[in-house]
Amino acid sequence: MFLGFNFSFLEKYSFYYWDGLKVTLQLSFWTLICGTVVGVAMGLLRVQNHKTLNVIIDGWINFIRGVPVMVQIFIVYYGIATTLPAFWAAVVSLTVNSSVYIAEHTRAGMQAVNKGQMEAARCIGMSKFQANRYIIIPQAIKNVLPSLCNEFILLIKDTSIVSVIAVHELTYTSNTVRANTFLAFEPLIVTAVLYFIVTYVLKKLVGVLERRLHAHD
Amino acid sequence: MTNTTEKNNGEVIIEVKGLKKNFGHLEVLKGIDLQIRKGEAVVVIGPSGSGKSTFLRCLNLLEKPTDGDILFHGESILGKNLKIDKYREKFGMVFQLFNLFDNLSVLDNVTIGPRKVKKESKEKAEERAAALLKRVGLGDKMDAYPSQLSGGQKQRVAIARTLAMEPEVILFDEATSALDPEMVGEVLQIMRKLAEDGMTMVVVTHEMGFAREVGDELVFMDGGYIVEQGNPREIMANPQHQRTKDFLSKML
Ligand SMILES: Nc1ncnc2c1ncn2[C@@H]1O[C@H](COP(=O)(O)OP(=O)(O)OP(=O)(O)O)[C@@H](O)[C@H]1O
Ligand SMILES: [Mg+2]
Repeated sequence: MFLGFNFSFLEKYSFYYWDGLKVTLQLSFWTLICGTVVGVAMGLLRVQNHKTLNVIIDGWINFIRGVPVMVQIFIVYYGIATTLPAFWAAVVSLTVNSSVYIAEHTRAGMQAVNKGQMEAARCIGMSKFQANRYIIIPQAIKNVLPSLCNEFILLIKDTSIVSVIAVHELTYTSNTVRANTFLAFEPLIVTAVLYFIVTYVLKKLVGVLERRLHAHD
Repeated sequence: MTNTTEKNNGEVIIEVKGLKKNFGHLEVLKGIDLQIRKGEAVVVIGPSGSGKSTFLRCLNLLEKPTDGDILFHGESILGKNLKIDKYREKFGMVFQLFNLFDNLSVLDNVTIGPRKVKKESKEKAEERAAALLKRVGLGDKMDAYPSQLSGGQKQRVAIARTLAMEPEVILFDEATSALDPEMVGEVLQIMRKLAEDGMTMVVVTHEMGFAREVGDELVFMDGGYIVEQGNPREIMANPQHQRTKDFLSKML
């Protein structure tokens, strides 16, 4: 007993939490990988200033941002990727969602690099590709990394929504615990604390990373 | 200066013919004709907005001319089959705001061109870069990053970076305008030395002393045209056009 709450269920049910947390982290991990690849590619295409491409990409970004994540998940799971297991359907829809935000961060990060950097690179005879590779992208990465890390933290929290398609991640398993123990409240506190610990530790790591990145400024 | 006549007989390496440049409806260059000879220091002056920067940027195709032609060693650079990167390699450019690569150390700023564009070995590129940095008085700053340098130091690194590509021509666009007064001298000194060593340069500047002492040819631009052109000392002493007179009286 703690402040009148009963946490004795943990003895029996803690492995539910570990299993759920593991799935949450796996979901986040795969979504991060896929979302970064897709999002960065989309953002890099976006800064090529190709008119038709810009219209398509901006339209897509606005569309995804305007539709609730839960609806996206249902559409993917029940409508498009019907043969995929729930876990991968969740990865697909979370990837779609987070990649548009990552694309926006990438675009902003590229555009924040001073125009003179590209000009100076072209002036010493670099091709556009070389200038991007050696000068622009390294600086853009430095601009983007902090917001990318924050995106990852948001992502971990967002994964809880895929419990609606019965992916056994942390939120889903804590509901299972509630059902089995007939405790309404205490299992949720444990869930909240676990989410908090994970995101808090990551936030601290991002802080360290940021200080490292700006060592030369 | 002393060998002006010799330079004036030098081979023409750049020939600008009827160069025009519009930005949308704005006509910035309205027909520029100019020859630049090997080893010559051409100084371009003129009021703000007269198109000096645009002219320089057309020379190395940072801006695409709207009309007219630019010949480099007698060949048009506006042809479809020009290898633009190869061409730009031969043109150095020094910017008002330095534009050092912020993600690279001073040494890497100077070596990246030779290594990635000219495919020089790391050892050779670094050896040459070290010598160039010493030449501009920054032998002890090789490991520093641009953010740790003063404006004058940045500009000297930018000049070393340009020299590392062994260009045929260097374009200077107000290389000292963004510097604190006490740092202007150190950069002008290097530019003067380059001119004396026979580098071909096109220099946009507001430094009239430099124009007079170092320039082989002075070009006064206004309103998108070259209004007056000739020996710097003669023009400064005895300008032929009213607009040149007005401009010089404000500057001197
Ligand atoms: N990329 C551009 N798009 C539109 N207008 C431009 C662009 N670049 C320059 N201009 C315009 O062209 C005109 C000439 O500009 P330019 O920079 O060549 O002048 P400048 O002689 O170098 O002036 P300053 O002494 O102030 O540097 C200005 O009116 C400027 O606003
Ligand atoms: Mg200018």
